[in-house]
Order: sequence, then structure tokens, then C-alpha cells
Amino acid sequence: MLSVDGVQTYYGPVMALDGVSLEVAPGSITAVLGANGAGKSSLLRTVSGLVRPRAGSVRFDGREVAGLAPEKIVRMGLAHAPEGGGVIAELTVQENLELGALWRRDRAERDRTFGEVFALLPRLEERRGLAAGSLSGGERQMLSIGRALMGRPRMLLLDEPSLGLAPIMAAEIMAVIGELRHSQGLTVLLVEQNAHSALSVADRGVVLNVGRVVASGEASDLAADEDLRHHYLGL
Amino acid sequence: MARFVDLTLNGVSNGMIYAAVALSLVLIWRATRIVNFAQGGMLMITTFIASSVIGSSGSYWLGFAVALASGLVLGAVVERLLIRRVADGPALNAVIVALGLLVLLQALAGMIWGGTPRSFEPAFSIRGYFIGGRHVLFGPMDSFTVLAVLGVAVLLWLLFQRTSIGLQMRASAFAPAVARLQGVRVGNMLTLGWALAALCGSLAGLLVAPAVFVGPNNFDPILVFGFTAAVIGGLDSPVGGVIGGLVLGLVLSYVAGYWGSAMVNLSALFVLIAVLMVRPEGLFATRAARRI
Repeated sequence: MLSVDGVQTYYGPVMALDGVSLEVAPGSITAVLGANGAGKSSLLRTVSGLVRPRAGSVRFDGREVAGLAPEKIVRMGLAHAPEGGGVIAELTVQENLELGALWRRDRAERDRTFGEVFALLPRLEERRGLAAGSLSGGERQMLSIGRALMGRPRMLLLDEPSLGLAPIMAAEIMAVIGELRHSQGLTVLLVEQNAHSALSVADRGVVLNVGRVVASGEASDLAADEDLRHHYLGL
Repeated sequence: MARFVDLTLNGVSNGMIYAAVALSLVLIWRATRIVNFAQGGMLMITTFIASSVIGSSGSYWLGFAVALASGLVLGAVVERLLIRRVADGPALNAVIVALGLLVLLQALAGMIWGGTPRSFEPAFSIRGYFIGGRHVLFGPMDSFTVLAVLGVAVLLWLLFQRTSIGLQMRASAFAPAVARLQGVRVGNMLTLGWALAALCGSLAGLLVAPAVFVGPNNFDPILVFGFTAAVIGGLDSPVGGVIGGLVLGLVLSYVAGYWGSAMVNLSALFVLIAVLMVRPEGLFATRAARRI
């Protein structure tokens, strides 16, 4: 579904990704793990078009998307939910959600998606008239995910959905992600610093360290690998 | 008492013109974080265009419509051709470009229309209404001024709060990268924002022209007053801009009436400094919500 090959991304002179390659199969959940600054968010930003890679290719459904504008990529069915800070604080919950579906022409379809998102994340419905800035950390994460779902994506890029959350809240978010895969066959690329919670829901994992892939494999194997956990995941 | 009423009415009328200029500055500040110093030059150009169209066609309303339309086009062109190229650089670059554009527009106007200010017929009578046995300092032209600016402000509010385009414009202003991830064509929203801002500016130029005459430098004070009004309102709040315009209009009118018109420009600066000292973020800024 998504294939990243030899991608190099720079912020000015600073290299963030140094030849990263990975494959995400349709209907799977892939966790990208690593410490702060390992390049996890840069990977998502490169795939969704926010930053242009200097080299390498990013193919979604066989089509090259590297270098395309983010507003084009999201229309292909590849949505990026930035971490909870990415909700627009000045807009209401409802407006944030509307924004996620605006590019879709069919109004009836959009209204139906509202129902689906509220069914999945009922807390958002209770808060729909409030400014997103007044939400708790967990609610913001849910809003960020819900907003991405409003575009009915086939694949979702999730950036640190459990960042700063209490364990019970993080578990709730992971449950929602698992549910989405089961009910909609959604493909997910999940970036997490919390390896334990990410591997609990993922099929496969990729470990990044200073912009390079240092390990990849079945989630259960990665979770069991003592050395890896010790060196890169801090477990 | 009669004098106080007159000064208040006059202040409201002038204040609405400052409000229109403030709106034009606020819309651009919100969208691109640039103080558009070229606004004074842009509204001067569109008012000259109105003057020429009215002169050759004899129709005020044709000139009015052409000026507003050319404001829209001028705003869009300035954003696309100039501002877009410097928007990603340091903030100072955009300021310098805006100042350069101001100088360029004033020089162009001087070359095309000459440096001698020309009169501009008002759309309606400037003679005050006859109320309570006297003519008050507020006539049909003032009514038109107040209604036109309020009308534009309400339309803008409806656009921003009630339409999909407005939602996209707000999202683009608050969080451009996040907006792009939602599929919003942020570049187009910025162009539209500049176009609407220049439209507000054109309106202000048309409304103030009968009082200040049309010349390359005649609109400089109006830009200063509009900027002051925008800062009073917090620079990023359209409602604040309108209220800031009214407050400044009233203050300057009382100063002119009770103290002397020589003090007007100085007082505007006093108000500006006082607001910046007491509430640097302005009276209606929304920024605080984001910092928490």
C-alpha cells in the first residue's frame, strides 16, 4: 500500500532521514518506534508532503507521491493526523472536524461520516461546540484522529497519539486504532515513542535511530528482543 | 451639549472609515503576519481609478464599483506576485517589500495622474440633517459611510463564520500546515484574504476621498489612523478593528473639537502608545488562547 524507498529528508543542512525504506501492507498496522529525534515525525511529514525529500521515492498505491503538495496527497486517501497539538485551538471541535472533510464534494457523504466519527469517538460529540483549545490532551488526540477520518482515508498516518496521555487514555486510543482496522480495513502507520503501547496494537514494527532504520520485523519479535528494547526503546 | 452630540456623530462617521482601513490591515495580519504598509498606496490607486471612471462616465456608482473590483484584483496580484515570494523569509523582508510597494505606487500615481490633489464629489449630500432646529454634524454621506462599512463588516463576518470558504480561511490563518493536511489550498486562501483586505481598503478610500481630496500622498494619515485602530483592537481581531476604529474616531473628534485640530495627529500617537503600554496585545486579541 505504502512503499518508502531510500528517502533522505533535510531540514536546512540538518539531515533528518538518511535513506529510510519501509513497506506497509494493506490493512496492516505498522509501528514506527525510536527515541526523540530519531526521525519518526520527519518520516510522516515526508510521506504526507509537508516536507519534500531530497532523494528517494514514496509510493502510495503504486503512485509516486514524493514532492506532491499535502493538499493533493490527502485527496488520494492518505491522511496525516499530527500529534494532538495539531488541532486548531481557535476553531470549535465541530469546525475542526468539518475541515477534515471539506475537500469531499458530496455533502450527504460528509454528514454520514460525522455520524461514524461520533459513534467511534463519542466524547467529541459531547464537546462539539467547544473550542478545541479547551480540550484535554486525550480529547485533542481523539479530535486529531477524528478529523483525519472525516476524509474517509484508506490509510492513516498517526503521529504520537499517546503522547503525554495517562496510560488508561493511551490504551483507549490504541483500542480505537485497532477497531478502525477491523471495521474499516484501514491501513495505519503509527509513530510512537511509547513502544509498549504501540507494539500491543501493531502487526509490524520499524525502529528508527538518528534517521536510519536499525530494525524491523513482526511486532511480537520486536517486543521480545531484549537487546533492541534496551538500546533503542528504553523498555 | 449640542457640540458634544455633533462631535460624537462626527467621530462615529470618521471612526467607521478608520475601521475599514483597520479591517484591511487586520485581514492581512491574520492571514500572513504582515503589516501591509502598502495599503495606503493601494487604496490611493483604486480611488484615483474611481475618480477617472467617474470623470469620464459621469456615474459615481460605476466608479464606486470599478474601484472596489480593482481593489480585489490589486490585492490578489500583490499577494501572488510580491508577497508570496518573501512570505517565507524573515518578517522584515515583507515589511520592506510593502514599504517599497507604497513608494512605487505613489510615484506611479504621480506620473499618471499628476501631483496636484483633485476634488472628489461625495455620493450623497454632506450637509447635516436638520434636527431640533439646527443642522447636526451628520448628514446623508455620513449615514452612507456608516452603513457601507458596517455592511462590509457584517458580510465579512458571515463569510468567515458561516461558510466553508471562511472556515478554510480561518484555518489557513491559524495553522497553515495543519490546514494543508486537511486538503485546504492555503495559497488560494491567502490570495483571497489579500483581495478582500484590499476591497476594504478601497471602500475606505472612496469614503474618505471627499474630505481629503485625491492625491498621491493624501491618504497617508488615513493609513496611520487605520493602523492605530487595528492595534487598539489587537491587530488580529476583525471585531476589534471595527471597535478600535470607532474608539479612535471618537477620541480624535473630541480632541479636534475641544482642543484644536492641530492636536489630532499627535493624539492618535498618544492613543497608540497608551494602548501599547497598558495592553500590548491590544484590547481584543485572541492570541492568549493559543499560549495556554
